[in-house]
Amino acid sequence: MLYIAKRLAFYLLAAFVAITVNFFLPRLTPGDPASTIVATYSTTLNEASLNALKAAYGLTNEPLWSQYVTYLGNILHGDFGRSLSNFPAPVTAIISAGFGWSILLGLTSVLLSFVLGSALGALAAWRRGGLFDKLAPPVLLFLGSFPYFFLALLLFYLFCFKLQWFPMGNAYSSVNPPPFTLNGIGDVLFHLIAPAFTIVLVSLGPWTLNMRNAMIGVLSEDYLTLAEAKGLKPRRVLFSHAVRTALLPNVTALGAAIGGVFSGQLLTEIVFTYPGLGYSLMRAVSSVDYPLMQALFLIITLSVLVANFVVDTVYVLLDPRVRTGQEA
Amino acid sequence: MALYDTLASARRKAFGSIPVTVGAVILLILVGSSALAQWIAPYNPKRATGGINEFPSLKHLFGTTGQGQDVLSQFLYGGQNTLWIAFTIAVLTTLLALIVALTAAYFRGWVDDVLTLVTNVFLVIPSLPLIVVLAAFLPPGPLTMIAVLTITGWAFGARLFRSQALSLREREFIAAAEDVGERRWRIVAIELLPNMGSVVAAYFVNQVIFAITAQASLEFLGLGDGGQVTWGSMLFWAQNTSALIRGAWWTFVVPGMAIALTAFSLALINNAVDELGNPRLRADRLLRRAGVRKSSASLMTPVKRNA
Repeated sequence: MLYIAKRLAFYLLAAFVAITVNFFLPRLTPGDPASTIVATYSTTLNEASLNALKAAYGLTNEPLWSQYVTYLGNILHGDFGRSLSNFPAPVTAIISAGFGWSILLGLTSVLLSFVLGSALGALAAWRRGGLFDKLAPPVLLFLGSFPYFFLALLLFYLFCFKLQWFPMGNAYSSVNPPPFTLNGIGDVLFHLIAPAFTIVLVSLGPWTLNMRNAMIGVLSEDYLTLAEAKGLKPRRVLFSHAVRTALLPNVTALGAAIGGVFSGQLLTEIVFTYPGLGYSLMRAVSSVDYPLMQALFLIITLSVLVANFVVDTVYVLLDPRVRTGQEA
Repeated sequence: MALYDTLASARRKAFGSIPVTVGAVILLILVGSSALAQWIAPYNPKRATGGINEFPSLKHLFGTTGQGQDVLSQFLYGGQNTLWIAFTIAVLTTLLALIVALTAAYFRGWVDDVLTLVTNVFLVIPSLPLIVVLAAFLPPGPLTMIAVLTITGWAFGARLFRSQALSLREREFIAAAEDVGERRWRIVAIELLPNMGSVVAAYFVNQVIFAITAQASLEFLGLGDGGQVTWGSMLFWAQNTSALIRGAWWTFVVPGMAIALTAFSLALINNAVDELGNPRLRADRLLRRAGVRKSSASLMTPVKRNA
């Protein structure tokens, strides 16, 4: 329990740091970007909106600390500011539309690549020196060298444009989100395949290679020799003795990987015009919508922190050392 | 001395293996051709010198872009810009990571605690959104690119080097140095640092890969310097001129493969270096050379099993 409490405290601190960075960034970066932003919009916005914008970027007479307190209060109330490109709309409204789709794509692809990669790694280590063990590492290394968005471009061109096996973008066929029926779910899954496949392909390598190396370490342990010597079936040795232990480093890496995969996912979404957060991010960048960018940064960071916390909790279930209070 | 030995043995062992040779050759071709861009590029990379999205021909070996520029020339000049920025970022992040890790190892106690905490916070915050926000508030250009990716890219190295320093600290020769009464900075600089050579080298290579991909990602989003030709900006323009839907695959395959091949060749080299540091991964090859036939999956002492 102490372990979980410690992790929670750490993630709260990380969240606080992210929020604080977000506050000070437009105020302290050289060249006074805040004034530039306000100046750009001074002709297009009305008086009230302009004042709101000035307040959001600290161009008021209020002292810094009281701005900071107001800002923290706003964040706690879920008020992340207003979008500049669609002015009165709060950024949270724009973000929440894409949030669910990003979570769906992210969860699917991270879990798929984790399970698939760990299985392939275990297999490679178990059949060491075999054909698969020889071929898999270089092939995965090669795929892993592709930036996410480049592989996405290639697959999009090949499967969606040339062969037309998969739809060219979007998350569903109709104008409105499909109903929660078999057909509707099938439609959503059909649109999910190409972007998820891209992410799985690029992120598969580390899982496989880490699992393989961890397995090789575990396989040299005495207790495995004992398990084999006392006549356990190979399958039993593999699953209950070797894989279970070798999986731990991969679970630890899962938390760290979520952030990275999510970053890659945002770019993949842009290529496939998948309506997730990546799309909002591109819109924010291309229309220089600073509040939207900042809100995306905060919301993505907070989500990743939550995901990490969940992984840490799962870790406690897997590693008895942590459960009994020792450090892992 | 230790560093020299590591490098010497690495060279001896590594160049016997095919992956490293393949990696080195690919890397040499890419770096070499980019370095010679001024002399071998057929056209000005920024000028329209042909039709729009022309298929590769003798006149334009890699075709032309959606704005009529020569893709080959862009690839060569783009490589130059991409690689020097990536190299600078890799040097800076490695240095920063080393400074943080060695400071933690030197001062120990609360300084170590604070630095570890800062490192972990940087590790857990997802990089791309942070990079985007940072880059958006700073004026676009190579300096911003270098600054932003250095700030966001050092944390993993600091953690790696710190744990390496901690495990080295337990060794006898450090204890011996302490007993002899060597000062702490001397232990860190003379005993600790040289023994971390192979880890630092491997990390540096990884950082070049990170810098190339992160830079390209940022430019692909449109946060690069529009006036510069880089592999990332080539991809950005390919996407923005709808090259995909017009079937102009050469405009994104060329820069994309350039990035992927650079990263792949570096990864090949790195993997071999990694294997040198991890004897277990090498055990198989050694066993086979010794004439041992492997009959079981577990790696117990092979002599007993097959005797």
